[in-house]
Amino acid sequence: MDLRNTWDQWPDANGRFGEFGGRYVAETLMPLILDLEREYRAAKQDPAFKAEMDDLWAHYVGRPSPLYFAERLTEHFGGAKIYFKRDELNHTGAHKINNCLGQVLLARRMGKKRIIAETGAGQHGVATATICARFGLDCVVFMGETDVERQKPNVFRMRLLGAQIVPVSSGTGTLKDAMNEALRDWVTNVEDTFYCIGTAAGPHPYPEMVRDFQSIIGKEARAQILEREGRLPDAVMACIGGGSNAIGLFHPFIEDEGVRLIGVEAAGHGIETGEHAAALNGGKPGILHGNRTYLLQTDDGQIIDAHSISAGLDYPGIGPEHAFLRDMGRAEYLSCTDQEALDAFQLCTRLEGIIPALEPSHAIARVGEVAKELGKDGLLILNMCGRGDKDVFSVAKALGVDV
Amino acid sequence: MGRERIEAAFARAKGESRAALVTYLMAGDPSLEESFKALCALRDNGADIIELGAPFTDPMADGPAIQRAGLRALANGTKLTDVLALAARFRKDDQTTPLILMGYANPIHSMGYEAFAKAAAEVGIDGTIIVDLPPEEDAGLREIYRPLGLSVIRLATPTTDEARAAKVADGASGFIYFVAVTGVTGAGSADPAAIAGKVAMVRRVSGLPVCVGFGVKNGAQAAEMAKIADGVVVGSAFVEKAQDAHETGKFETAAPAMGELAGELRRALAGVAKG
Ligand SMILES: Cc1ncc(COP(=O)(O)O)c(C=O)c1O
Repeated sequence: MDLRNTWDQWPDANGRFGEFGGRYVAETLMPLILDLEREYRAAKQDPAFKAEMDDLWAHYVGRPSPLYFAERLTEHFGGAKIYFKRDELNHTGAHKINNCLGQVLLARRMGKKRIIAETGAGQHGVATATICARFGLDCVVFMGETDVERQKPNVFRMRLLGAQIVPVSSGTGTLKDAMNEALRDWVTNVEDTFYCIGTAAGPHPYPEMVRDFQSIIGKEARAQILEREGRLPDAVMACIGGGSNAIGLFHPFIEDEGVRLIGVEAAGHGIETGEHAAALNGGKPGILHGNRTYLLQTDDGQIIDAHSISAGLDYPGIGPEHAFLRDMGRAEYLSCTDQEALDAFQLCTRLEGIIPALEPSHAIARVGEVAKELGKDGLLILNMCGRGDKDVFSVAKALGVDV
Repeated sequence: MGRERIEAAFARAKGESRAALVTYLMAGDPSLEESFKALCALRDNGADIIELGAPFTDPMADGPAIQRAGLRALANGTKLTDVLALAARFRKDDQTTPLILMGYANPIHSMGYEAFAKAAAEVGIDGTIIVDLPPEEDAGLREIYRPLGLSVIRLATPTTDEARAAKVADGASGFIYFVAVTGVTGAGSADPAAIAGKVAMVRRVSGLPVCVGFGVKNGAQAAEMAKIADGVVVGSAFVEKAQDAHETGKFETAAPAMGELAGELRRALAGVAKG
């Protein structure tokens, strides 16, 4: 069978995207994720669930987000026309809320009263805390100690929203440890707790569910570009942490063979230094956090800490569907160093009057090369998946400025 | 040997009308040398079955005690191949005590299922408990294990209903490890009365001995659990002895302290007559 003829049918019944994905969890969690899958299938079929989502997307989140022609950036590079999909204009400032809204509505349907989440940059934590405040649910956010320190404004925002923050000191105190701790909490509080995972990773059905909720990005973008330009783009680009904003943009274009899908991983200090977060470009397949995917790991199968200037990309794995798309050759994965991202952050701010988050700055850093490659007749969409307000302090520090 | 060695251990305990004592230690904590001595001390003081922990950076089902033990072992440079070598060293002079390797999937996946299984059988490991390989994900490994005689030991928990217990039992051998609490290792202790029904159900559905663990720390708790189970598993309490040895810098105290605890547990189990 040519797997490529069935792009849209993944994952299979076992939660697999080819050789990736699956349900690698402790037995205590198995009944829970099987139950979650059933409930998600039922919700997906229910028009009332979709209607509630659509209403909140429109009036609470602010969807659809605009598709904006980045004219000066286009001129600057002198290649393909560059459009931004402006998910940074969403309520709470990033794409993360698309997914949180879906999961929390599902949790409510399931009668769960306590929501837990992991967060790195704090964007997923803020989005989860926001939706929990909106619905009066308890919210507990696990965050690595290191990240609590470097993302102080978001920590305060979450507390204002009524969430309890649990700083995680186990392991190395970053996103992967926060995820371990959230899983440990879930194993402990199986009765009343819903685990709201922030990226398109984790055990099945999370990668599928998060992709479906984030696919609103690509669905809107596809319709918007057809209306504006009368044709599909030549490429769509997004940064990759766990891969949720990227898969949300990619998925509605997956069967449009002429559209290149381009992800950009965080190369940190450079892939050759070993200090990076590029699981596809610098890792190999393994098993972590419930799924089989590409991971940063030693020869002995121990997980290596990721490094990126962007806390949202600082994760040693990647969602299993990206691992699949890459091995099948349907998507391409580039990378970008901390320094290149910092430069792109400043360039975009100056030329477009849009302060991007450090995460999409990674995609912006590669957009010039792709635009030139496509040439003046080309057309591409870049996902502006978050705004940079949360990053101004760390950027100032990196630039040696005292604020 | 594999599965037969495990079955023989349960038969011996049953012959003495008592529950089996299953003990856990983390290989390489406080050092590989001390782990070898600890294996011997556990055996000499009455452990019927020994679970040999293989360290992993991200043990998602473990509490602080075993997390830290794993990180200490990794800091010592302990690799999966070292854990296998430790088993081989123990097996040289001990043909009876079953050794179960317990850990997480990734180091084993990284070595390759086939290479790992062959090496494990060769060094005298009898079965494995791989925490993040539920029945849905261990089919490949099970195929490889079968001709080698290795046991796949699975977990059942308070969230396991009868249908799930059948799934857990399918393809499992040796025993079923019943996790007494919903939670991580080293967490609070379970009330035997609350889980007795579930344990009996799992035994009936699986036809295998059921060992209960998580939260059992001393002889008194072990004796209570022994009333409802075929075996009692004690882990974090042993790991804490290794931690003490690490913290005081007196590594040589780990094995005697672990042996002493094993003795206490075994005496407690001997006091609970099983039919
Ligand atoms: C703005 C933004 N973009 C991207 C990411 C990375 O996540 P993902 O790859 O799942 O989109 C994050 C994560 O925190 C984020 O805050």
